[in-house]
Amino acid sequence: MQVGLTHFLVLGAILFCLGLLAVITKRNAVTVLMGAELIINAANINLIAFARYTDKDLDGQMFGVFVIVVAAAGAAVALAIVLNLYQRMRSVNLDEADSLAG
Amino acid sequence: MSSFDVMFYVIAAMTLFSAAIMVFSKNIIYNAMGLLFAFFGVAGVYVMLGADFIAATQLLIYVGGILVLLLFGVMLSQRITGLEMRTGTLQMLPATIVCAGVAAILLRMIWLTPWQKTAVAPPEPTTKNIGTLFMTDYLIPFEIVSVLLLAALVGAAFIGRREAR
Repeated sequence: MQVGLTHFLVLGAILFCLGLLAVITKRNAVTVLMGAELIINAANINLIAFARYTDKDLDGQMFGVFVIVVAAAGAAVALAIVLNLYQRMRSVNLDEADSLAG
Repeated sequence: MSSFDVMFYVIAAMTLFSAAIMVFSKNIIYNAMGLLFAFFGVAGVYVMLGADFIAATQLLIYVGGILVLLLFGVMLSQRITGLEMRTGTLQMLPATIVCAGVAAILLRMIWLTPWQKTAVAPPEPTTKNIGTLFMTDYLIPFEIVSVLLLAALVGAAFIGRREAR
């Protein structure tokens, strides 16, 4: 079977599920962020695969560029929050950051 | 199988293997290294899809920026000596079941949907066209995203600084 759109979509789906697994199982906040980056990459693979196989112009790739920019901004803010959490609680384990729980 | 197919399977295997290391390893440094090679693999996928500009951006921003930022986060928030470089997992079994279910649904959806395809043109350089689009059709989103980036950087610096007591 020749490699086509379906193959890239399957790759994106598996990558998304691995990222999801990291996000919901890891205790360390930085590792959760890594999982989120994996999810964003999986979404971007889908965008660019559709841009290649179903679209004549570059709109999908433009969306890909914007996704990367917003991911960079999100990573910077999230890292700042993690470092602030570490300064307050001396730990970045998410199950210990429960002071908002009733 | 053509050379395109072989390259796709090699790159996909590398990406998924590295991503699996990132997810299943207990050592945070191994997690970061797995993520590094997963980013490289995704850049290779972009090259195979004819998106040369996105592939270069992926290498510059993800490998050169976000990954270094994450490593800084690891180094600044862990006690480097001792066993603190390990990260535990919570609820591994139910989470695996849920993720396998999501994967099954997604793969079934991908398999059953009759995707509308057009003939694939041979890849050509996209950088010039993307630059033109940024300055014409996508001018407003471009400006908005630059303001967003500035706000995110100022906010990150504000949140990340030490409390003034």
